[in-house]
Amino acid sequence: MAKQHVNTTINGDPVEFLCEPDQTVLDVLRDVLGLTGSKEGCGTGDCGACSVIVDGRLSCGCLMLGAEAEGREITTVEGIAEGDKLHPVQQRILEEGALQCAFCTPGFVVAAKALIDQNPDPTETEARYWLAGNLCRCTGYDKIIRAVMNAAADVRGEAA
Amino acid sequence: MEYQSPGTVEEAVSLLAGASGTSKVLAGGTDLLVQLRSGFVEPDLVVDLKRIDALTSITEDAGGFRIGAAVSCAELGEHAALSAAWPGIVEAARLIGSEQIQSRSSLGGNLCNASPAADTVPALIAARAVCSVVGPGGQRDIPVEDIVTAPGETSLQPGEIVVSLNLPARPSRSADAYLRFIPRTEMDIAVVGSGVSLTLSEDGTVSDAHVGLGAVAPTALLVSEAGQALVGTSCDDAALDAAAAAASAACDPIDDKRGTVEYRVRVAGVLTKRAAAIAYQRAGSR
Ligand SMILES: Cc1cc2nc3c(=O)[nH]c(=O)nc-3n(C[C@H](O)[C@H](O)[C@H](O)COP(=O)(O)OP(=O)(O)OC[C@H]3O[C@@H](n4cnc5c(N)ncnc54)[C@H](O)[C@@H]3O)c2cc1C
Ligand code: FES
Ligand code: FES
Repeated sequence: MAKQHVNTTINGDPVEFLCEPDQTVLDVLRDVLGLTGSKEGCGTGDCGACSVIVDGRLSCGCLMLGAEAEGREITTVEGIAEGDKLHPVQQRILEEGALQCAFCTPGFVVAAKALIDQNPDPTETEARYWLAGNLCRCTGYDKIIRAVMNAAADVRGEAA
Repeated sequence: MEYQSPGTVEEAVSLLAGASGTSKVLAGGTDLLVQLRSGFVEPDLVVDLKRIDALTSITEDAGGFRIGAAVSCAELGEHAALSAAWPGIVEAARLIGSEQIQSRSSLGGNLCNASPAADTVPALIAARAVCSVVGPGGQRDIPVEDIVTAPGETSLQPGEIVVSLNLPARPSRSADAYLRFIPRTEMDIAVVGSGVSLTLSEDGTVSDAHVGLGAVAPTALLVSEAGQALVGTSCDDAALDAAAAAASAACDPIDDKRGTVEYRVRVAGVLTKRAAAIAYQRAGSR
């Protein structure tokens, strides 16, 4: 099977990789590039643990072929913090203790960042709908939602 | 498996025509990737349609719209003119899956995957959408309700692809609506879906109406009797009840964990009535 040769941008850096035609973006991130922040919970689009941002749109890494990444810009959880400075979503998840096993956390971080990028002032209902594609088996969601709402306030420069 | 991403419809058609084993076209991949991963489909060739302009753009054409078959549901929702003219189609598209799924899923994929419960298909049927299909034999136009022939099966010939879904120009005082019933508020498969599109004459009575139903038969249905029940009325209770009865009568559903036959038949009527009332109110406010 001929490998695909792909040129793409990941977290702002040009990246070149070879992958099998049937490998997903998630497979490539984890198994080819060693970016293991994105998780595979289901592989069927239901859990959101594999969430990445592709050309500005929140997507499931498990439902996209690596070959489809050609020429696209991908942001993964590894690209959300700025150097050592955590993104407000990450900081607030820490402060709220909005995780237990944390398997879902990278997906929530990426999904919440995508939400706040396009709507820095979401209502709680909007945030809950936006995150409907991210499942958490442990926390019961309230702490996650609180963290996301507080992070949005931080991004707007308001004290929460 | 080989992956190709042609830049034109002609290239896509010739790749498919030249393929020796089984081939699949790829739009958003939200059905296909799941099927690939589970081994349900094992194509030798996958042809990605997302680098082809005609499949990824929305154009306004003589008052109507040509929606590229691979345009994402998220983009449909962001298109102001389309959302204003066809709120029912856009609300159906915006019900599909999560934000993550919306970023990728398309009308062409929703249709050609041929699930009886596909959300956009009843809305597209009610809208009298026509598919522009291109294949080795050239181009042909097919009414959307003639694409799916059975669960998982379509009337597309080998090597044919749906290039666009074409919506007709609308008279003023026209609108559509789509409602589905699921046991939760997000991320589930329709128990019943109903799309209604109608046009009012100047005196406020319905001059033209069409009803599409999903998840109540092996394929989505165009229920002419339900549309006819609304024509000439001002969607008063008697007319809505008649449309509901016609919708229920057209159902031939399965019994499963999501709903019994009796339940689906009943809900098809209720949703049709409600969708008709919403479409009527929208059309009247134009
Ligand atoms: C978590 C999750 C939730 C979902 N929720 C819903 C829901 O609420 N409602 C709903 O209706 N669906 C739902 N779906 C199913 C799916 O997202 C939709 O059917 C979607 O519209 C498919 O579009 P796609 O572009 O991703 O199709 P793809 O997966 O790319 O293609 C689907 C099929 O159609 C064929 N095809 C695609 N485009 C064309 C074309 N232009 N010409 C010919 N054949 C073509 C492909 O070969 C394939 O067989 C869900 C899926 C997931 C994973
Ligand atoms: S691993 Fe992609 S959605 Fe679950
Ligand atoms: S913290 Fe365990 S799945 Fe969310």
